[in-house]
Amino acid sequence: MAKKSLLQEFTKGIIKENPVLCLVLGTCPTLAVTTSAANAIGMGVSATLVLLCSNITISLLRKVIPNKVRIPAFITIIAGFVSIVQMIVKAYAPSIDEALGVYLPLIVVNCIILGRAEMYASKNGVIASAVDGLGMGVGFTVALLCMGIIRELLGAGTIFGIPVTSNFMEPITIFILAPGGFFVFGMLIALANKLSGKCKKPEEIGCGSCPMKSKCHKNTEEGAVE
Amino acid sequence: MPVLLSIFLAAILTDNYILSKFLGICPFLGVSKKTNTALGMSVAVILVMTIATAVTWPIYNYVLAPNNLEYMETLAFILIIAALVQFVEILLKKFLPPIYNALGVYLPLITTNCAVLGVTMNVIEKGAADASFGYIESIVNAFGSGCGFLVAMIIFSGIRVKLEACDIPKSLKGLPITLVAAAILAVAFLGFQGMV
Repeated sequence: MAKKSLLQEFTKGIIKENPVLCLVLGTCPTLAVTTSAANAIGMGVSATLVLLCSNITISLLRKVIPNKVRIPAFITIIAGFVSIVQMIVKAYAPSIDEALGVYLPLIVVNCIILGRAEMYASKNGVIASAVDGLGMGVGFTVALLCMGIIRELLGAGTIFGIPVTSNFMEPITIFILAPGGFFVFGMLIALANKLSGKCKKPEEIGCGSCPMKSKCHKNTEEGAVE
Repeated sequence: MPVLLSIFLAAILTDNYILSKFLGICPFLGVSKKTNTALGMSVAVILVMTIATAVTWPIYNYVLAPNNLEYMETLAFILIIAALVQFVEILLKKFLPPIYNALGVYLPLITTNCAVLGVTMNVIEKGAADASFGYIESIVNAFGSGCGFLVAMIIFSGIRVKLEACDIPKSLKGLPITLVAAAILAVAFLGFQGMV
């Protein structure tokens, strides 16, 4: 791995390797919880916390965990932190817990977290892994917040619950329903493609750095060859 | 019986896991390019979802809940599912090689599929809210959710084959246009709302 400054490690997660808009990971929560900006932040912060803790722990244990059982070991570590975060959110922000519902425990199967554990934390030192986790988490939160603000503004006419467009526009309710999620996400990715042009190839849909990529990818390529 | 049928239909149409609950989007986008891969993946999902619910429901209600260990739900369920997938894989390999050959490649991917973990947690939540929603209802719900996954995957793989041949603006190529198509399909499924 080429030596990069810690600042670069941090910013790559936000811009060049944004987990949502470039690598297209963690699509399920991105679509599901972005019905309002506040929910998006709740989800983003929870996931960042889990990502940071799991990256640090996995990086510390990277020489201890045998290679063969690393994926189950990673999942166990991540599940432990998710349970902790779940309890914290339940205790201090019950409204967020209610809004996120089943998606909060589902952070455990978020490909961003397992992906970073597999691709980065299991190969790099503690400080670099922590910075990487923080950067990816902030990138995830920023992308979620963009989605949340757009959908809340168009679908409910508010931002963070404050009415904005009530005087001149009827809210377009479909934007906070399921189809709006897909539509806004598609448009955001198109915009990111247009502006940066540096993102990964669009062919690698949904599998950017999923830990199971080798199997899945081989499999879809076989499909393409026939 | 009519109750079970309505649970089954609701899981497929109104509460479709992909198009209205946004669970299992990764395989939805990843392996829906060809109808046969979409079919294989979905059948594997139906199988794992049903077995996972059949196993996690008693564990939650007879082991975790009586001992006040509800907070262990996440950790316990993901480990059970991971172990279960391995176990199903070994069993199929040994006893039903033709099915293993057809589904084998998809099974390891399902461990980290949020739709499977989602359905097991969802039925627990439903059971907590409504006491009549018991074991049989949970399994029917899981099976129906799997079938809903299959329906969405098959329809979408058909749409994507057509999309390949279209002339699409450069920055919309690939994933963005796929998501826009998914949005339109989700509008169609929105029409089922209130039916069941």
